[in-house]
Amino acid sequence: MADSSQPASDPSDGASRRDFLVYAASGLGAIGTAAAVWPFIHSMNPAADTLALASTEIDISKVEVGQAITVTWRGKPVFVRHRTPEEIKAAQDVNVSELRDPQTDAQRVQKPEWLIMVGVCTHLGCIPLGQKSGDPKGEFGGWFCPCHGSQYDTSGRIRKGPAPLNLLVPQYTFLTDTSVRIG
Amino acid sequence: MSEQTKFDNKIVQWVDDRLPIFSMLKHSAVDYPTPKNLNYWWNFGSLAGLMLTVMVLTGIFLAMNYAANAGIAFTSVERIMRDVNYGWLLRYLHANGASFFFITVYIHIFRGLYYGSYKAPRELLWWLGLLIYLSMMATAFMGYVLPWGQMSFWGATVITNLFSAIPVVGDYIVTWLWGGFSVDNPTLNRFFALHYLLPFVIFALVGLHVMALHTVKSNNPLGIDVKGPQDTIPFHPYYTVKDLFGVGVFLIVYLGVVFYAPNFFGEPDNYIPANPMVTPPHIVPEWYFLPFYAILRSIPNKLAGVICMFSAIIILFFLPWIDSSKVRSAKFRPYFKQVFWLFLADCFLLGYVGAHPPEGNLVLMGQIGTAVYFGFFPLIWIIGKIEKPRPLPQSIAQPVLKQSEKI
Repeated sequence: MADSSQPASDPSDGASRRDFLVYAASGLGAIGTAAAVWPFIHSMNPAADTLALASTEIDISKVEVGQAITVTWRGKPVFVRHRTPEEIKAAQDVNVSELRDPQTDAQRVQKPEWLIMVGVCTHLGCIPLGQKSGDPKGEFGGWFCPCHGSQYDTSGRIRKGPAPLNLLVPQYTFLTDTSVRIG
Repeated sequence: MSEQTKFDNKIVQWVDDRLPIFSMLKHSAVDYPTPKNLNYWWNFGSLAGLMLTVMVLTGIFLAMNYAANAGIAFTSVERIMRDVNYGWLLRYLHANGASFFFITVYIHIFRGLYYGSYKAPRELLWWLGLLIYLSMMATAFMGYVLPWGQMSFWGATVITNLFSAIPVVGDYIVTWLWGGFSVDNPTLNRFFALHYLLPFVIFALVGLHVMALHTVKSNNPLGIDVKGPQDTIPFHPYYTVKDLFGVGVFLIVYLGVVFYAPNFFGEPDNYIPANPMVTPPHIVPEWYFLPFYAILRSIPNKLAGVICMFSAIIILFFLPWIDSSKVRSAKFRPYFKQVFWLFLADCFLLGYVGAHPPEGNLVLMGQIGTAVYFGFFPLIWIIGKIEKPRPLPQSIAQPVLKQSEKI
């Protein structure tokens, strides 16, 4: 201020030009760093060969009414249960508005007698019991998770315990009456 | 450099003039003025350092025989146990070493709590300690996955699934952590890489921890500041010899377990190879995670449970400001002392709850334990406001001199 005899070039103008250069250069540097980091992060995502194992075909002709089988899909168990008429009725009679994750039974099956879903508890990923005849099936006749006590009904819907969601229904298609492709 | 140290040995002096490692060593491990009243609870910092060294050494030699591949990881560990010369010793030293590392660190942390070592000016020292503790937990968790037994696999599944509780991006994060759609070979590979890396991060943090310690100097059982040279003694030989004596006693216990009860801390289920299709009937983490596991399970909502579990550690970072009392040592704080023992007992209670299936009374006990854990922090804030501390001695030397006068 004392030095008002400075030449025409406004000092604030010079400062803002320098600020611009600093911001632009650091911004570009930040974008460049992010772009360089991404390959490292993305390398930890599923690789192409892992993604390639995305579908499984199963034969369900040997599964009698009331029986269940477990098949592997993407390294996870998939539950296939041939439900009895009582189990289907129990699943359909539930008042959907009372459920934690409201879904009707019809939304969860393509054919009412075949319930197909990923057998991984939606709490912390354990495998619920209830596939074998001697297993505990919980209060709702479906599945019981031994890790933290989540209970699923005969439609695989969460009814009690810490899990937030119903057992996941994967994409699947009936190729014939006795053969299903999962994935 | 405030003073330039001179050494009698000419070679030492020659090196030191060019790279002052000897003056640094003398400054921080020989002359380092240490309060003269430290008790045996102050041994556990150096014992933790010893365990870190043992873990890194045994770990490097185990890695020479371990195969981080889901197909052969389990058998490669069994080969270490049966065929590799002294492989059983290296593995038992390493597996039990993790437990003893946590024992020393837990005692070290609770000593800091009791004597108020987290208070000004030691806040950053406390923070660095907590960062070491967090890194240790990550390292221990990933190390436990490597033998690829049933507990390894399902522990990894449960813990990585904790991140699925994060809204919106949770599932993507979990897939990213796994490198697939379940815990599998890619997961094992990256866990091994990180398990090898993290101990060096811990070493760096320990370096900073010691640097901060030597800047603010050690706390002491009275919790009062050092007033002058009459309150301190040099670290060497007084505390080097005391630490060494502690090492001797500690090694008797540690090696006693290694040789006579090497599977005491282990889970039998981890001698069953990992099976992604069968969850063991009762999953338990290693003992040092049990209180946090109990907190997780006692909240009946997934996201809230995960938040509570992480908060249980995060809240410790705020302790220097939550505790409103200026007096450090619990010796002079009648109320705080009682609450401290309550908190310690609560951690044991939560550990007990975490080790058992969540049934019957244990659910309620876990919830009470969780409430007490988090209640501790507002409680010590209130206590700091209303408590009347007992009078502090004028200096570290004074009570000692008084006692000697009586004699």
